[in-house]
Amino acid sequence: MRQEIRICGFGGQGVVTAAVILGKAAAVFDNLVATQTQSYGPEARGGAAKAEVVISDGPIGFPAVVAADVLAAMSQEAFNKYKQDVKIDGVIIVDPDLVIDHHADQPIYCVPATRIAEELGNPIVANIVMIGALTAVAHPVSWDAILASTLESVPARFKDLNQRALETGFEAGQAVASGNGRAAASVDRDSR
Amino acid sequence: MDRNLIRKALGAKVQFIQGDEACAYGALLAGCTFFGGYPITPATEVAEVMARLLPKIGGCYIQMEDEIASIAAIIGASWTGAKTMTSTSGPGFSLMQENLGYGIMTETPCVIINVQRSGPSTGQPTLGAYGDMMQARWGTHGDHEIIMLCPANVQESLDLTITAFNFAERYRTPVLVFIDGELGHMRERVIIPEDDEIAIVNRTISNVSPDEYVPFGVNGDLVPAFAPFGAGYHTYVTGLTHNEQGLPRASSAEVHNRLVRRLADKILNNTDDIVLYEELETDDCEILLVSYGITAGVCRDVVATARQRGVKVGMLRLITIWPFAEEAVARLAQQVRMMIVSEMNMGQIIHPIREAVAGRCDVRLISKIGGALHMPAEIMEAVEQWR
Repeated sequence: MRQEIRICGFGGQGVVTAAVILGKAAAVFDNLVATQTQSYGPEARGGAAKAEVVISDGPIGFPAVVAADVLAAMSQEAFNKYKQDVKIDGVIIVDPDLVIDHHADQPIYCVPATRIAEELGNPIVANIVMIGALTAVAHPVSWDAILASTLESVPARFKDLNQRALETGFEAGQAVASGNGRAAASVDRDSR
Repeated sequence: MDRNLIRKALGAKVQFIQGDEACAYGALLAGCTFFGGYPITPATEVAEVMARLLPKIGGCYIQMEDEIASIAAIIGASWTGAKTMTSTSGPGFSLMQENLGYGIMTETPCVIINVQRSGPSTGQPTLGAYGDMMQARWGTHGDHEIIMLCPANVQESLDLTITAFNFAERYRTPVLVFIDGELGHMRERVIIPEDDEIAIVNRTISNVSPDEYVPFGVNGDLVPAFAPFGAGYHTYVTGLTHNEQGLPRASSAEVHNRLVRRLADKILNNTDDIVLYEELETDDCEILLVSYGITAGVCRDVVATARQRGVKVGMLRLITIWPFAEEAVARLAQQVRMMIVSEMNMGQIIHPIREAVAGRCDVRLISKIGGALHMPAEIMEAVEQWR
């Protein structure tokens, strides 16, 4: 079963790091097959950034996303660009503070990853909040795998912060996926 | 070299790493202790890993002033007996051409990684391409043979870099490993092989006394025994046509003939050892996809889709590009109706394929440039249209 995940936003948000952690969770900790690719502009911050993970239980030929099963968008520009490449039965997760105008044919889950990260003390972990939410919504990897991969991928002094970010994101994802979204994390099914 | 130090430097046995990093890991496992290079997208991560890890194993990393100096450094360092490597991309590979020929002429083992991007010139730095395939073959001037390997995934980037070092040592010649920006930056699971799972070849060291040593004299296998600088042997190393003693004989047709033909023959007489390829579903195929590099994975998907639809499609994946797999292509040309060659360039390897096919089947090109991989659907559409 092949699952294609695209995480996009702008440079500096850590979308590539998020994809690497997700791919590593699958390939190293869940013993699945995974490929991770990315594209970004020459700017260190602010340019468009896109990262992809393909996860499968068998060999992967074409290594990138053809049509996404999951799109996680952390900028309006990225959402506008990639929403048409989501499978009809796929799901979209957005940070609603950054993707104000989010309408698509697929169900859209709103997880304010940047605001949650700021409340945890550092907006830099917004990407980790997002992969926590993504794991809860789309189940590409196990919780144990995403936690182990996250902790192995971040500097020692930030492990606690990143673990809290992952947990909070996961809970927010569970809340929106079960339809019990709080005001801050809501599923926007009417938008179809 | 302390194998435990290498293991410790490389870290966990199972990792999720880039193609570039895998090339560096393969080099360290093969015993590379010297890297001279100059950073360039999308090859910089090869140099970064070597810069980080070589000091930990007692090796040496030097960032040179440019790519001409980089290949000069690895050729010089190789003459101390070290296994050496550099990495670059298209613009840097262009600069290396003269010294690549020097490495061939002086029979210097070394490995060059080219993480290809599109050209000409500066082109598209962050995107993948396979536009240097023919430059690898004929970029340096004069009659010569070259060995070039083309990994298709991240694990193979590690494995084939080890193979490249083994060929370089076995045949005393520069060996090229070509990937592309997409594969170089792509991450996949890599399993670091145990020492008993990898064969390591070391160049044959001269066992005669310095008085009896003939630096470029050969016996049966056309590859001279090596005496490292500093071991007490005298060797004159020159890019000029030279005799067995290594002395310039640049006006002698006979010496030139003997030398240059031997340099070619030591590779051409060993194609059974050097030419690597993979066949997939070729037993009964009527249409053959010929591929190499990252495009091979795409073609693998197409073979599966075509077979599901009842179309007899197979794949020949070229692993060694040079010397070319003439015999395999010629054999399959007698069986299939058509070969479809998918290349991330405007058609380069299709030329030796056409030469080997020699009109025995139809040969068509699906060319893609601009940075994107072929999509499985576009190759499948061509199969359906042309079948």
